[in-house]
Amino acid sequence: MFHFRKPKQPEVGAEAEQAPEAPAREPAAEPAAESLFEVEAHAAPATDETPGDLAEGLQKSRGGFMSRLRGLLKSGPAEADWDSVEELLIGGDVGGALAAEVVERARARKDSPTAEAAVREELAALLIPSDPRWRPARATPDQPAVLLMVGVNGTGKTTTIGKLAHLYRAEGSSVLLAAADTFRAAAIDQLRIWSDRSGCQFVSHAPGADPAAVIYDAIDAAVARHVDIVIADTAGRLHTKSNLMDELAKMRRVIDRRLPGAAPEVLFVLDATTGQNGLAQARVFHETVGLTGIVLAKLDSTAKGGIVFAIEDALHVPVRFVGVGEKLGDLLPFDPAAFVSALFA
Amino acid sequence: MFDALSERLRKTLGALTGRGRVSEADVDAAMREVRLALLEADVNFKVVKDFVGRVRERATGAEILDSLTAGQQVVKIVNEELVALLSAGDRTFHLTGSPAVIVLVGLQGSGKTTSAAKLARFMVKQGRRPIMVAADPYRPAAADQLQTLGKSLDVPVFRAQTGTTVLAIAKAGMDAARKQVRDTVIIDTAGRLTVDEGLMKEIADLTAALKPAETLLVIDAMTGQEAVHVAEAFAAAVPVTGLVLTKIDGDARGGAALSISAVTGLPVKFLGTGEKTDALEPFYPDRLAGRILGMGDVLTLIERAQETYDEKQAARMTEKLRKNSFTLEDMLEQMEQVQKMGPMGQLIEMIPGLGGMAKQAQAAVDRGDLRRLQAIIRSMTPEERRDPNVLNGSRRRRIANGSGTRLQDVNQVVKQFSELQKMMKQMSGGRFPRRIPGMPGQG
Repeated sequence: MFHFRKPKQPEVGAEAEQAPEAPAREPAAEPAAESLFEVEAHAAPATDETPGDLAEGLQKSRGGFMSRLRGLLKSGPAEADWDSVEELLIGGDVGGALAAEVVERARARKDSPTAEAAVREELAALLIPSDPRWRPARATPDQPAVLLMVGVNGTGKTTTIGKLAHLYRAEGSSVLLAAADTFRAAAIDQLRIWSDRSGCQFVSHAPGADPAAVIYDAIDAAVARHVDIVIADTAGRLHTKSNLMDELAKMRRVIDRRLPGAAPEVLFVLDATTGQNGLAQARVFHETVGLTGIVLAKLDSTAKGGIVFAIEDALHVPVRFVGVGEKLGDLLPFDPAAFVSALFA
Repeated sequence: MFDALSERLRKTLGALTGRGRVSEADVDAAMREVRLALLEADVNFKVVKDFVGRVRERATGAEILDSLTAGQQVVKIVNEELVALLSAGDRTFHLTGSPAVIVLVGLQGSGKTTSAAKLARFMVKQGRRPIMVAADPYRPAAADQLQTLGKSLDVPVFRAQTGTTVLAIAKAGMDAARKQVRDTVIIDTAGRLTVDEGLMKEIADLTAALKPAETLLVIDAMTGQEAVHVAEAFAAAVPVTGLVLTKIDGDARGGAALSISAVTGLPVKFLGTGEKTDALEPFYPDRLAGRILGMGDVLTLIERAQETYDEKQAARMTEKLRKNSFTLEDMLEQMEQVQKMGPMGQLIEMIPGLGGMAKQAQAAVDRGDLRRLQAIIRSMTPEERRDPNVLNGSRRRRIANGSGTRLQDVNQVVKQFSELQKMMKQMSGGRFPRRIPGMPGQG
């Protein structure tokens, strides 16, 4: 085992969040070349489809992986092909154990006409239905809805907040951002810039202040000004740091005390490039503050975000949004059916 | 959640210990465990395949099949192979050029800005005069973040107006470095996706112009299967010289680093081990190997046991237990042996599967339980140690006074020891285990 220093109070958060919308940055249209291994070639002949007809946003990350999987399944996989299917799932971060389970169950299915349908259904069964028109709820008309954004360092919390704020502002809601990341250098400035961009109200304290106090003040301000939605940014924290998790639990308690019965939405922001550790993260955050939803960020990368299957299977917390780019509008509601379909497209 | 691989192998192969031979089917079972554990650690599945193939080849060798401790041998082979892969490349940190240029690249949120500050602090410690350049004109307040960090370290930060191109920022940063007589320039770039050709070209132009001594790819230890593709794409665009593996203070096993080293041959040069600017450590392949295996630091534990334990003594102790002639004196000797190996909590932490008990054990030690026990035994006469039956009330009071404990503490020790003796009597009545669990040096 490593014996790491355990900082009592972090001075600085790890580098965070995605870059903002920038004029010079056009997302590339082509998926990254699958340049590493040639082994799939013999297993999946003639599967180099261009993902031109895929849903915008998802297309960039899906093409290589799932079109190959589709190619494998279409022809009706032979015994040996199941191993390759399993590997493809593993390559998408579904996880070794879960991939084996899914394939096992798919093989055992007798009701599906094709193997593709079987795997598709098994994967879909792991996901929780989520209403695409989901909105954070408010307990009473004179109370704001509260969104608490949590996650480990650098997953994209602040950027996601910028997009959420834009979304709710565009719908005509009044939004107040609470800068409860008082740790990371310049985190408050970063959130303030997003706040200005979408015309939100903004509550912050000095760097190093008690984040729970920021949230308390933000809710006070929101109640006084009849704001619809409060979105609280929190410092990224590794789930293994119990002092920082305690701090997060305190924020949750402050919300519950200030707005009794309000049940805040607690959104867990997960980087799509995260591997198997994502489940451990989600589990601890869920135990600490009770997650009500997941945001799968950076899905426009070459990563597949397959760890979501394991998380939903284990915790039954639905994915609410996927982040698919760096522009303000690049936040899409998560639709399990479409997600699975896109995997096979 | 996740059983340490060494634990799984012990279960798979443990039953075979002493049977003399391990069949190929046994090796297959062990390899399935190895495969699953590596996948769980986010090692790329293709790397896993090659790796398992290599381990299997070595494990099925005659030398292993004849071994009495097959499980341990397989763990050892796996460990050696992991260390070999992780030892890839040149881990030296080069600081050539005047000023020496270090460029940090990576995906969004991998930890570049924090790593830049850590490197700056590291450079200052080495007696160098670094300057940091904020070459991220995209993320809001990225330059502010670097500036705040620089201020806390008393390291200058060069930044430019929004709208300046990255290449222009970097060149101006170099000028600033020369003017301020700085010998090391650390350039923090924006996070970027490998599919973003424009941005990948941007850093390609940057490194082509500056010819950095080190171009470090900053990789989050929690990264999944994509890590290899990410590293390949960056290495194709810029001359990457090594990795900084960040957020290793979490519980991710960091298999991403193994995959990258295995496929690209790039070495890990630094580990980011915390949020503070001093949390940067040089990389040791054997430690990460142990972490990926989830095997605790068994090797260190075995080493320490071998250093402190002498085998004859262990054999003598086993014999005593068998003959039921184990005395309080022997118990004292045993405790002293174990304590020589290090702090109790740390020892237990090294044992796979017992990590969670470390705190409790250390707490017992901290409360002084062990010291009290030792003090009580030491306050006894040799006769009393050999035969606690002679301990009448007066003797017990004397022992309590002598050891600075209470009478009930002494009573408790005597009672516990007599229970231990009873237990040993039962065991010596035929089914005495050939190996005594928890006694090092015999396995």
